[in-house]
Amino acid sequence: MTAAGADLTLRHPVERFTLDNGLRVVLAPDRSVPVVAVSVFYDVGMRSEPPGRTGFAHLFEHMMFQGSANVPKMEHARLVQAAGGTFNGSTHQDYTNYFQALPSEALERAIFLEADRMAAPAITEENLRNQIDVVKEEIRVNVLNRPYGAFPWLQLPEIAFESFANTHDGYGSFVDLESSTVDDATDFFSRYYAPSNAVLCIGGDLDVTETEALVRRWFDPVPARPAPPAPVVGEPSPTTVRRGVVEDALAPAPAVAIGWRVPDPVGDLDTYLGTVLLTELLSEGDASRLERRLLHTDRLAVAQSSYLGLFGDPFDVRDATLLVSQVHHPADVPVDRVLQAVHEEIDKVATDGVPADELARVTARTEAQLLQQADSVLGRTLGFASAELVHGRAELAGELAARLAAVTPEQVQAAARGLSPDTAAILELRATGGQSR
Amino acid sequence: MSAPVLDLSLVPPLGEPRPTPVPEVHETTLPSGLRLVVVPRPGVPLVELRLRVPFAASAARQAATHAARTSVLTGAVLLGTAGHDQLEIAQLLQAHGGELSVSADADRLLFSTTMLPDGLAPVLGVLAELLTAATYPAGPVDAERSRVVERIHIARSQPGVIARSALAARRYGAHPYAQQLPSADLVGSVTPAALRKLHRDRVLPAGSTLVLVGEVDPAAAADAVGTALAGWVAEGKAVAAAPVPDVAPAPLQLVHRPGAVQSNIRLGGPAPGRTDPQLPAVRLASMVFGGYFSSRLVENIRERRGYTYSPRSGVEHLMAGSSFTVDADVATAVTGPALLETWYELGRMALTPVTEAELESARRYLLGTLALGTATHAGLASTLSALFGAGLSAEWLADHQRALATVGIDEVTEASRQWLSPAGLTAVVVGDAEEAADQLRVLGPVEVTAPAVEES
Repeated sequence: MTAAGADLTLRHPVERFTLDNGLRVVLAPDRSVPVVAVSVFYDVGMRSEPPGRTGFAHLFEHMMFQGSANVPKMEHARLVQAAGGTFNGSTHQDYTNYFQALPSEALERAIFLEADRMAAPAITEENLRNQIDVVKEEIRVNVLNRPYGAFPWLQLPEIAFESFANTHDGYGSFVDLESSTVDDATDFFSRYYAPSNAVLCIGGDLDVTETEALVRRWFDPVPARPAPPAPVVGEPSPTTVRRGVVEDALAPAPAVAIGWRVPDPVGDLDTYLGTVLLTELLSEGDASRLERRLLHTDRLAVAQSSYLGLFGDPFDVRDATLLVSQVHHPADVPVDRVLQAVHEEIDKVATDGVPADELARVTARTEAQLLQQADSVLGRTLGFASAELVHGRAELAGELAARLAAVTPEQVQAAARGLSPDTAAILELRATGGQSR
Repeated sequence: MSAPVLDLSLVPPLGEPRPTPVPEVHETTLPSGLRLVVVPRPGVPLVELRLRVPFAASAARQAATHAARTSVLTGAVLLGTAGHDQLEIAQLLQAHGGELSVSADADRLLFSTTMLPDGLAPVLGVLAELLTAATYPAGPVDAERSRVVERIHIARSQPGVIARSALAARRYGAHPYAQQLPSADLVGSVTPAALRKLHRDRVLPAGSTLVLVGEVDPAAAADAVGTALAGWVAEGKAVAAAPVPDVAPAPLQLVHRPGAVQSNIRLGGPAPGRTDPQLPAVRLASMVFGGYFSSRLVENIRERRGYTYSPRSGVEHLMAGSSFTVDADVATAVTGPALLETWYELGRMALTPVTEAELESARRYLLGTLALGTATHAGLASTLSALFGAGLSAEWLADHQRALATVGIDEVTEASRQWLSPAGLTAVVVGDAEEAADQLRVLGPVEVTAPAVEES
């Protein structure tokens, strides 16, 4: 049913080199479509923020689009879009990235733009005030004005973890955002946006030799600065169950999220891969254990999903991270019935193991999803970049399907044994809008 | 630091564009009337499948019932066939990397999946079973119906859904397109027998289109489809939506959402269809106005004033009528100023010419994103499914690119005057009326309404 492991390794070669200023560069050529993707990943995320500066990594991501040494405000966007390209950036727990997908004739322009802002973004009072306003609207649209806004990724960590790095609101409090200064932004840039703290990854329709010359032309002049010490985000595993409640006045029905600590995704990848397939087995599609039990057999839920990493990508986070099961259920179903059913399903896997044919189906589905992600030049390039930054090996992105195909039923069973009801973090969302239903 | 100044001599120039390859499309029609479109593509070893079945409401007075039944059918069709129960169906697909998604909009039902290449024949076999022998078993249908009702309640609490529903109601009046979300009460009364009848009457091969893109051999794929779907031969004819009526814009509607910390501004009006010679000019006008980050609206209300995170405009196509739309979610305190600036930018588009640089940027962006969007199996499959479903062919892609390349400034002004002018657009705002109504009344008449809340 599934091809042999070797055939699952993406046949995209990866070349890498490091500039004198410390910038790590990964090139992933593929000449089949006339499109390139250019991405820069900085090793600074929400978990790097100091107390009093919640939301700053994300606010700073906005500042990186406000112009740079040779590029006025709005011109970054114009130069990319007028070349027929798209761009964006995003802030994650462990990194902040910037990326563009463009017709290949615009490659050098994209390299120039990324180098210009790595050298000197335009951090001005006016731009900072403007972007604080924009970020507040982003938080209103995604969190405050919307039922289930940011549930559970903003609230669950507070229950599941202990350290400030892991527990604080990565979108930021309005108080912290509003009190941010140009000095804060300048310091943050100088500390975290050093070339030696970044990975540049370019994929798609490119010639390796020519592209290396272009990269050196524009990035060599960026001055070297020391990289900050590696972030320490791991913390001891929990030994008790912890519960919390969040009230949502806009939501018409309740929901619950259960978080379990999982093995270190980087230091213990082989064990973690068992957890990756367990997550799929539990909740991917109509054939999955939780979909069958919660929706079809017991009719306890309206929707369920389980995922690794708070943003849903299992391979772009460091320790400490969670497997989260999220269930939306009708008001007349007590939350403890939902929890009991989830724990029972996991216990079945832990006790009885996993039939080989079921695991083979889950693997086939996971494989197809990895291939689908790799079908777009941008998706593939981002995968290589995050693998290089988080795991130290871009090649890993191309090997994941084969690595997952080699996972045994015993590894999945072992992963299920790690999801104990006694160490789960449980966050209930209560619908308190008072709608008569 | 001093303010940056763009030194164009420093910015690397663009090279010559490489032309976007034209997809190799193999098209056939089965004896049943089903159109088959196969596009072999190198790249990753996957096949994307899209089956599009025309599914518009047959008449306005049936639209509410049709929408309610359709909302249950999309999930219930997967609940069992004469040969397999729901779990077996899901497992058969999963074994080949697939998971069938069934969705509906005002025009069509869409069966969609990806699969590993060796799964083509078995996945087509499962699809054929669903099309010809779905059973709609009573118990599972009952559960699915309850879930749909719950999901409708959740959807109705989302401000974006409230705004979209209000705008559709105002723009389409009695036309079925006014029906954005079915009524929970009507959904609650859908029976398995009604679903079987809807399936029998409307899930028909004639007028439907099956698109396959990826690692497929065209001749082998045509054989596999012919064999698997030979039994799908129901009589009958596809139903398309009636043309949308011309509705003159009414005064601005403010839907009261007590305590809302943002106002959701939505504007909408008609737009040229896919084959209208004015479409390229309107798409370019929409880009310059608010269609992407480098637009006037983003520069004004986001980057200059900080009123909003993500304002946007666009052109959307339904079978019976296309739309130009504008969306902005803004802080409550600046609801009036944000609408004023939006109207100002629309008026400026209609009354004064865009610059050559604005036009060139929009043109290149539309051509570039068309290439990016069709560079993946999934993107190309969805694009072709929409085009063939609208009665067009893959040639449309090349024709549209050529047309975009030749539009001039005067045509953009003319198109803006006709389609983007504020006087021709219907406007709806969802927000806290106590905070927003007085601001909006400064700009013109406002009708304040309560949100359409359905008790159950």
